[in-house]
Order: sequence, then C-alpha cells, then structure tokens
Amino acid sequence: MRDKVNAIINKYNGDKGQLVSILQDIQTEYYYLPKEALIQVSETMSVPVSRVYDIATFFRAFSLEPRGKHLINVCLGTACHVRGAARILEKIERDLTIKRGGTSKDRKFTLETVNCMGACALGPVIKIDGEYFGQISTEKVDSLLNQFE
Amino acid sequence: MVTFTINERELKAEKDQTILQVARDNGIDIPTLCHNEALEPYGACRLCIVEVTKGARTRIVTSCLYPVEEGLKVKTDSPRITSNRKMILELLLARCSKNKVIRELASQMGIEQPSFKPEYLEDNDCIVCGLCVRACEQVVGVSAISLVNRGITKEPAAPFLEPAMDCIGCGSCFYICPTGAIKMEDRKETRIIYNWKVEFKLKKCKVCGNYWAPEKQLDYIKTKWNLPEDFFDTCPTCK
Repeated sequence: MRDKVNAIINKYNGDKGQLVSILQDIQTEYYYLPKEALIQVSETMSVPVSRVYDIATFFRAFSLEPRGKHLINVCLGTACHVRGAARILEKIERDLTIKRGGTSKDRKFTLETVNCMGACALGPVIKIDGEYFGQISTEKVDSLLNQFE
Repeated sequence: MVTFTINERELKAEKDQTILQVARDNGIDIPTLCHNEALEPYGACRLCIVEVTKGARTRIVTSCLYPVEEGLKVKTDSPRITSNRKMILELLLARCSKNKVIRELASQMGIEQPSFKPEYLEDNDCIVCGLCVRACEQVVGVSAISLVNRGITKEPAAPFLEPAMDCIGCGSCFYICPTGAIKMEDRKETRIIYNWKVEFKLKKCKVCGNYWAPEKQLDYIKTKWNLPEDFFDTCPTCK
C-alpha cells in the first residue's frame, strides 16, 4: 500500500491544495479510504492528520469503511417506488445478504439507495458503477448481478 | 481611514478593521460566542449579525467578518436584527437546552423555553463554533483535533474518533470553549481531557511539589523555543 499511496501523492507533486484529488485517487484504488493510507498522506505531505480526517469525513463520496468493488444504487424515488422498487431492494439485500448501506462479505458489492435518479421513465431503475439498468424486475436481478465480476 | 456610522454615531476606523472590532473599541455591545481576538474571525455562531446600509441597499451581515467601509450605515439593534438574533438563539437553545451559557443568553433575549425540539439530536453543550479546533491550530500550532463529519452530525473530534495522538494536553480548547462543552480534569498528577480521550502526566515542581502542567506540553514548548532541559523544573510561582 505504501508505494501505491506514494505514487498517488507524487502524481500531484505532494501539493496540499490537491488533497481532495489525492484522496479521490486513493478511494478509486481501494474503493474506500484505509486508515493507514490517510496517516501516510498526513505524514508525507506534512498536513495534520486531523485535517485529513476532517476532509475524509466531510465529503459523502468518501468512505472510511471498506466498500465493494461495485457500487449498486437502488432508486427509491416515487415513480420507482410505485413500480416495486422496495421489492427489488429486498431481493438484492437477500441475494447479497447485506442491508442497504452495507458491503458484501466478499467485498464485491456495496448496496446503497437514492431517492431519485431523474430517470423515472425507466423505473424501477438501479445503477451499478454508474451504468443505468431500467425496468428491473426481481427475476432480472440475478442475471444482472452475475454480469459483474 | 474611513468614516461611517454605527447606530447613527459617526466613527472613524482603519480600512481593514471589522465592524465588530470598531464597535467594541467604542463600547458598542454586540453579542458573540464564536469570536476570539486571538483567532481569525469565523462567523459560525451568527450572533454578531448587524444591519448594514450601503446606498439604497440594506442587508444583514456578520459583523465579525465584515470590514468597515466609507459611508456605511450600521445598525446593531434594529427590530429586524433583534428578531433575527432571537431566532438564532432559539435554534441554539433547541440544541443546547440544558446549557447554562446558552440559557442565560436566551433569557436575556426574553426566551425562557425552547420553541423547537431537535428530533435527531441528543441534547448537547457544543454549538460547533470551532473555537477549540481553531485555537489548537492557530495558537497552539498542534492541530490535534478538527471538525469531523458534516450537517447535524458535525462535531469537534480527534482523528478516527480515537485518542488524540497529537494533543499536548495544554487545555486551550477547554479554556476557550464558550459553552463549557469540553470536559477536562486535573487529578493530582494526571490531566484528563475526556472529549479527546487523552490522559497526561503532570510535571511536579521541584520547589513547591505542585503538579502544574502536562509534561508533554512542556516538552513541546521546550523544543519549539529551544529552551534548556531544566527550564521547567520549577513552576512559574516558584521561579
């Protein structure tokens, strides 16, 4: 981990103003912000660790808990809701044996919900790694999740 | 120098001074909670709001951050300011309904009971003004703590919510906190700061035998100012 984090810091020439970008790159690499990585960033860049932790907890895009390789967002907006989004969510929760907000044991999937994606015509809609899947049914969930390694 | 008025009183001040500074220099009272002269102004508590009129436009600004301008007309206690300030205190009181300082300020404004009940928050002493964090960073130079999380879960805390490893136990956060939200205790030879989960050994004075300051703090000062090793062997009283 040390070398990878150092490479990321060097990419930005250790510029303190680029701290957010550096943390974003670390999160892209590990899917979350490992504590050791944050301490290393603090030490290497001479930024107080309290400051790094401040930033890491301020932005919702950062996670301090380990996350899965793939991020699933289930839309629970009104349109998706009336078309059975809750059933889709429950099906995924059962399949992955995790609750919303949780990460599967094999660290493959993190499951989150959103309140509208603005894609109501596609409802019920879910998003995996930024890709939208519309008109989802409980039958389609299995084959869809199997597409992701 | 610029000339302007506060409550219709004509005043002169340097250009880079804030309304709050000039008001206080001239004995005009503006309440604050998050302000401290030793620190950069921050504008967190919002209690120092005043009405400023520039030309035809009147608006509300925080006096701790607003620099004086030529011809500015400032009002510190207009009906609009009073009612806005009252609302700010209502909200602070909702969060800190048991806190003595907040209750007293509220009662000065004629609020006895909080009008709001926070649904998602437990009663708190902290108003998240950031004084502790700023003192630790700007005066002590240690930055052992910071404001973590955001929104209603925002709070001053040590990294990873673990014991603050960089804390030197100086207690600046405890002394500067306007609401007494930081709990610190000196027990014989140890100092405990509960908020940051830290404990420090206190130094014993060679002459009077009193425990007078955390060893870690004294070491920090010695290194920073290049002082001789035995510099703090006696306490300031016995020196």
